[in-house]
Amino acid sequence: MSGQTQRLNVVPTVTMLGVMKARLVGATRGHALLKKKSDALTVQFRQILKKIVSTKELMGESMKTSSFALTEAKYVAGENIKHIVLENVKNASLKVRSRQENVAGVKLPKFDYFTEGETKNDLTGLARGGQQVQACRAAYIKSIEVLVELASLQTSFLTLDVAIKTTNRRVNALENVVKPRIENTISYIKGELDELEREDFFRLKKIQGYKKREMERQRASAKQFAEDQSAVKVSLQKGISVNSAHNFLSAGMQKDEDIIF
Amino acid sequence: MANKVQVPTRNSALIAMIADEDTITGFLLAGVGNVDLRRKTNYLIVDSKTTVKQIEEAFKEFTTREDIAIVMISQYVANMIRFLVDSYNKPVPAILEIPSKDHPYDPTHDSVLSRVKYLFSAESVASGKR
Repeated sequence: MSGQTQRLNVVPTVTMLGVMKARLVGATRGHALLKKKSDALTVQFRQILKKIVSTKELMGESMKTSSFALTEAKYVAGENIKHIVLENVKNASLKVRSRQENVAGVKLPKFDYFTEGETKNDLTGLARGGQQVQACRAAYIKSIEVLVELASLQTSFLTLDVAIKTTNRRVNALENVVKPRIENTISYIKGELDELEREDFFRLKKIQGYKKREMERQRASAKQFAEDQSAVKVSLQKGISVNSAHNFLSAGMQKDEDIIF
Repeated sequence: MANKVQVPTRNSALIAMIADEDTITGFLLAGVGNVDLRRKTNYLIVDSKTTVKQIEEAFKEFTTREDIAIVMISQYVANMIRFLVDSYNKPVPAILEIPSKDHPYDPTHDSVLSRVKYLFSAESVASGKR
């Protein structure tokens, strides 16, 4: 596997080993934390999934009721009510407020609707069908309530989806790339250090052997010397030194002038 | 980073609509409609004369406007510009597909709901195996 052979390019020293070990600890802790985060997000994600499905169904129901209420209003107040409504649009009285909710470091948007200012269209359907128009308005406001909730759920869903994907990518990267690489580096450094230690040991052994041989030789020469010395001593005791015996002859040969030949 | 989506926290934002006349009328009655100084509306009434081009433009405008938090779009209108709706992936403004009066609501067409259903079924299968 290519991932197995990968390692960081470092000098194999004891210091580096310490650094690598610290990094491995950091990577492991980060991995555990990210895993927890991913789990927390997934839990939230599933809750939102369930809520979205039920809210969508609720939305269908609510929209049906609203449409029916509008039809009622139109029947009672006349077809031209929609022109009055369309003409009367000025400023929105029903608005949305967005805020953030924090789930494991991921900011999820939440929408709230609120009404501001006085409600317009007060005079709509004054002539006839006022009650139906008000009921229709109430039905649509209720629909908006559901829709706004659905919108915030949906937005959370999309945000969480992206966040979970990123977190999982990070978890996998740490687990499958960063950690094996650091582990490989650590084993490489350990191997290199062992190799160095063996080399050192071998060198020491070698030097020790050399020294032993040297000692042996010295001892042998010392023995030789002692033997020679003892020979000299013995000859001195007998009266003639070995060397002087030689000297006597050679000196006689040089100095005695009386000898003609 | 992809997950660092800036979610603007604002005190008031609008709801935009692209739908048929009846639906728009209903929501306007509820007080959603807004007309600014330049006579720009936050809704588009889709009838038989509205072209796809107009819808596309409205959709693009609503999704890029700062003061809009939710875009509600009728499902049959969304089907007309399905490619745009599907390629839209920002969290804010949120796109909501709503049923319209004379077109039955089909959950399989909804871009978000289809993903939800996909994940949901995958999850229930996975949990069934466990």
